[in-house]
Amino acid sequence: MNWVAWKMLNGDPIKYLGTVFGVAFGVLLIAQQCSIFVGIISRTANPVADVRENILWAMDPYSQNADEIKPLSDSDVFRIRGIEGIDWAVKFFKGTARAKIESGMFKQVIMMGIDDHSLVGAPAKIIHGTLADLRRPDAIIMDEAGYRLLWPGEPIKLNRVLEMNDHRAIIVAICDAAAPFQTFPIVYTRYSQAVQFVASERQQLSFVVAGVKPDHAVADVCRAINTTTDMRAMGHADFVWFIIQYYLKYTGIPVNFGITIALGFIVGTAITGQTFYLFTVENLKQFGALKAMGVTNWRLVGMILLQAAIVGVVGFGLGMGMTAAFFEVTNRALPDLRGLHLPWQIAAGTGVAVTGIITLTAIVSMRKVLLLEPAVVFRG
Amino acid sequence: MVAASDPALLPESQPVKPPVGVACRQIVKEFGDGDAAIRVLHGIDVDVHSSELTLLVGPSGCGKTTLISIIAGLLYPTAGDVDLFGTSQASLAGRRLVEFRAHNVGFVFQQYNLLPALTATENVAIPLLIQNVPRAEALERARAVLDLVDLGSRAQQLPSQLSGGQQQRVAIARALVHKPRLLVCDEPTAALDAHSGQTVMELVRKVAVQPGRSVIVVTHDHRVYRYGDRIIEMADGRITSVQANTAHANPTH
Repeated sequence: MNWVAWKMLNGDPIKYLGTVFGVAFGVLLIAQQCSIFVGIISRTANPVADVRENILWAMDPYSQNADEIKPLSDSDVFRIRGIEGIDWAVKFFKGTARAKIESGMFKQVIMMGIDDHSLVGAPAKIIHGTLADLRRPDAIIMDEAGYRLLWPGEPIKLNRVLEMNDHRAIIVAICDAAAPFQTFPIVYTRYSQAVQFVASERQQLSFVVAGVKPDHAVADVCRAINTTTDMRAMGHADFVWFIIQYYLKYTGIPVNFGITIALGFIVGTAITGQTFYLFTVENLKQFGALKAMGVTNWRLVGMILLQAAIVGVVGFGLGMGMTAAFFEVTNRALPDLRGLHLPWQIAAGTGVAVTGIITLTAIVSMRKVLLLEPAVVFRG
Repeated sequence: MVAASDPALLPESQPVKPPVGVACRQIVKEFGDGDAAIRVLHGIDVDVHSSELTLLVGPSGCGKTTLISIIAGLLYPTAGDVDLFGTSQASLAGRRLVEFRAHNVGFVFQQYNLLPALTATENVAIPLLIQNVPRAEALERARAVLDLVDLGSRAQQLPSQLSGGQQQRVAIARALVHKPRLLVCDEPTAALDAHSGQTVMELVRKVAVQPGRSVIVVTHDHRVYRYGDRIIEMADGRITSVQANTAHANPTH
């Protein structure tokens, strides 16, 4: 009878495709909305996350996130170097500056000041030019999306000149950087230059970035910093999560996006559930005839679950495909949406959600079939 | 046309009587509970003989459909019992009754109730698939029965590609493919024109009526009375007459 269930399902291609695409669109809504939320919120930490992993970050203990920083003293880097387990420690600047281009147009940029000597914290992927050129006077590296924001429609040209805080800056390389939360260009330069590109304060060291010796645990070294200095230290992953948590806790993003996601989830659930429910209910008469002919309730349950499984798997596959295609296309066509993708955790979560929705709907519609009196077939 | 009161109908006491296939004993059926209960069958006592085509006739709402639903094991009576070829329905409950039905009862519905996604052959094979007959064998046997109802050439067509009369012939093939001992037809000609109705009834007489099988046809249609061996008339939930019919020997009259 499984074969009959399969034929009932796909025998009418329009109805079958309608059911499967109903589920697929539900999946698309859920997965796409959740992925965009995760992508947007991840952007808050992207400039920090782009810095190499397996390091720790030391900062003022009252720092809220990577953008609200009380600068440390330059000498703090030496205090960190003196902590047991620290392999190396360098200065790291993060702030914003105003960049003016030839035409007079200006734009706020995210300024990342990396260690002058080791260049720790430099972008991993240089698209044009070389990282070594960053050692040149006034040299900066800009991310590709930022470049296109400043000079829309123009081809990439190195050695273009900007003005920041009355200082000349020359673009010596273009890099690929993860999209930041604010759609500002990201500028990488040496620490000594970064502090000149921004309005001056007495202290300017944003973070001390440090590497840990192989035989020491990052968490232990952070604990040592926290207890022996007046600074706070966090492992790289903890710091990224710390930033994300700040935005989740203190901004309206989760609420606003949460409502959108909830709506997407509810609409997706409704589409998925209602589509399959209607499919089963429309076949009620056929199930009644089968029941009259001697198909047991258990067999009918098996048939409905099989149909639900097929619809769920095919709909989920199509929906995931559409979601992945959406991100693939928008990533290429819309620079503002770059970096947004479908995380596997969202795909898995959506799978669990769709399984739950389909199972629940199958149970509800099954109930209708099980309670169906077979004598109904005689009532025209 | 032969009505229940036609002179061609012989009284129940006439001598030729094949064995009883279905025996209804004091069947009472009520719908609803307490004061709201409505009694639709009032102690029905009737025998349906095997190897015969029995017509169950009467006005709308007289209880015909309820009675055949009980006889076919689709409804439980409030009181009384049905003996089907020596098996008391009261002794069968739940799954056993469903399995008994799957093996012993064939159905022809007014609206055919063919599965629209399945071809004629696949529809006919369903009762065999319910009995776990391997699919290839079930389809082969289904094709053979479709040949019997003269639809061999339409075996691969979907119900939507068949006329109403052809769909009803597929339904008859489906009802017979597993060789049931009881065939229940509910208004099989109601949705058909006169010619198709006649073809269907001729087919039921020719193919369905077999030794050891009881065939019950519920009908309003006076034109088909001539095909019955026996006519049971109902009114207000009671049997009002049971008469043997000699007219079917010459159904063209």
